[in-house]
Amino acid sequence: MAPAIQCRDLRKTYDGKLEAVRGLNLEIQSGECFGLLGPNGAGKTTTIEILEGLLEPTSGDVSILGHSWRENAREMREWLGISLQETRLSEKLSVRETVELFASFYREPRSSDEVLEQLQLTEKADAWVGKLSGGQRQRLAVATALVCNPKILFLDEPTTGLDPQSRRQLWDIIREFQRTGGTVLLTTHYMDEAERLCDRLAIVDHGQIIAEGSPPNLIERLGGHHVVEFAVDAKTSGSADGARLDVWRTLPSVESVREDDGMIALSVQEPHLAIPALLEAVAKQGSKLQHLTTRQASLEDVFVRLTGRHLREE
Amino acid sequence: MPLTQQIPSTTEPAALRRPAKRNGRWSGYLHLLGARMLELKREPEVVFWVFVFPLLLAVGLGIAFRNKPGDASSVAIARGAEGVQALLQRSPQHASFKTEVLDDEIARKGFRLGKYDLVVEAQRAEGVYYVYDPARPESALAKAQVDNALQTAMGRKDVVPTKAITFSEPGSRYIDFLIPGLLGMNLMNSGMWGIGYALVDMRQRKLLKRFVGTPMRRGDFLLALMSSRLVLMVIEIGLLLTLGVLVFHMKVLGSVFAILLVGAVGALAFGGIGLLTASRAQKIESVSGLMNLVMMPMWIFSGVFFSYERFPAVIQPLIKALPLTALNDALRASILEGTPLRSQWPRLLLMALWGGLSFVLALRWFRWT
Repeated sequence: MAPAIQCRDLRKTYDGKLEAVRGLNLEIQSGECFGLLGPNGAGKTTTIEILEGLLEPTSGDVSILGHSWRENAREMREWLGISLQETRLSEKLSVRETVELFASFYREPRSSDEVLEQLQLTEKADAWVGKLSGGQRQRLAVATALVCNPKILFLDEPTTGLDPQSRRQLWDIIREFQRTGGTVLLTTHYMDEAERLCDRLAIVDHGQIIAEGSPPNLIERLGGHHVVEFAVDAKTSGSADGARLDVWRTLPSVESVREDDGMIALSVQEPHLAIPALLEAVAKQGSKLQHLTTRQASLEDVFVRLTGRHLREE
Repeated sequence: MPLTQQIPSTTEPAALRRPAKRNGRWSGYLHLLGARMLELKREPEVVFWVFVFPLLLAVGLGIAFRNKPGDASSVAIARGAEGVQALLQRSPQHASFKTEVLDDEIARKGFRLGKYDLVVEAQRAEGVYYVYDPARPESALAKAQVDNALQTAMGRKDVVPTKAITFSEPGSRYIDFLIPGLLGMNLMNSGMWGIGYALVDMRQRKLLKRFVGTPMRRGDFLLALMSSRLVLMVIEIGLLLTLGVLVFHMKVLGSVFAILLVGAVGALAFGGIGLLTASRAQKIESVSGLMNLVMMPMWIFSGVFFSYERFPAVIQPLIKALPLTALNDALRASILEGTPLRSQWPRLLLMALWGGLSFVLALRWFRWT
């Protein structure tokens, strides 16, 4: 069976200058929820819009369920539900009118009422789109995608700017779609979203995939199991040279060291070995520990480890 | 009822779900047209600019330029010429001007400001002086009227017998000229804005891109937009003509069918031009400028408010090549003269060419994303 989504060596150059996507390969199986995780401007939207057949790649091949956009575009659109980043639907149409309009484009859509029910929009069915809250608008955008009974759902930053409750609601809807056999490709710059929702994800930066795998796998491979963060008093925090950080790198069980916002963060395999050694080293320097926490490593640590930057840095 | 109760097994693949209904070939088109009409109806600005504004304009201009019975000239008589006033009041034409006796200086100042059309002064030795401005038609008219009245009052006899026939039947008044012109202009404005603005707005909102992400037929989308113009056109023409007939006692000589057909060709022509104007613009601001640029020459040259015959003969062929000129001429011919459609075909063809060519070019250049 052909993969749900496949692309090879995808490249997109805007106006011959800006390289938004630089040689990207993906293979997403049917039934998978796959995430493209990366900071703003990483090329996520360009990638997803090429896969959706809305943008022409400069070079590279795309296949959706074994079909190419060049041959079979109209038929392929019947299979895809799309939610773009920030589509502003007509404000003067009601929720039901909007869903029915989108349903009318497909050969065999689902019933609009059923979709509204699923997305908890039944109460708002007769309200104008202009009167909806951010969360309701986003659910409506997903409703216009789900009404076509898609095989693949494309969601570009579906929860950006939503409150926590609305985000959770959307996550439930996405999981439900996946549970009934659907394939999902979503982009996000939220770590927790990627971690909870995606079976697999690719971390994208500067138009390339820099790491790919399941969230636990990525964290284990690249984040270390635990992160120990601490700060010491003024005596040692004078110059920011690498030699100063080397002190910590030699501690037992430490895999990597980085300085982050005035704190030193150690990726650690076994905290019970690293922490006593750390305390000893601090005492030997004659410094004073000002702060010490340990936590499970997250995707954020993976990203910082790979790029030296935080994902949410603007 | 939650979805999970309708679907027996939650593991059933999405593709196997039974569809609620099958959509026919024209389902998308009909929904697009319906949505467009609903949006227009719910937009108060659209209702005002498309329907109310032209009516207000017609009423305003109709009142300002209504045919008043004998517009009286106002004549200032300088002190010392009171004798002239007495003569004028006795003359048979005294109703066509009103006179006022004033000091020289006040009279001249009033004349400069346009309050008086003519100043009459008396010079002892040389008789009566008329102070007037030959460049002001009403001033020249006042001078001729006063002189005529004065001469007849003093006993001049006409040597040729003459008789005047007044001709201000419905059909030849300014309001009769104006209403078809307003109709044409309105069809242009609402065609250009209705299509152009809507498209760029949807492009800016990324709604066009979202539509293109569905199997929607792109031709259906444009067709629905154009069809919505036809529906509005019928209402626009109906309202303005009804106003003309009821308020200004206009006589509509052509058949309703002929008028609507001319209107439809015009509406589609400007729909096509609107589509072309908006085929690539990304922002409302840039398309607004473009639209005004396209429409400006037609507002001026195409004979909306006054006849384009006033422009020099050299540019007449250019003026006649403009689509609004053709539309205005065709509407006037149909409404005011009842000209049959078969002798209107050059105008209809011209509009069809404008619309058709614009449509084809627009499709080629159109930017959906």
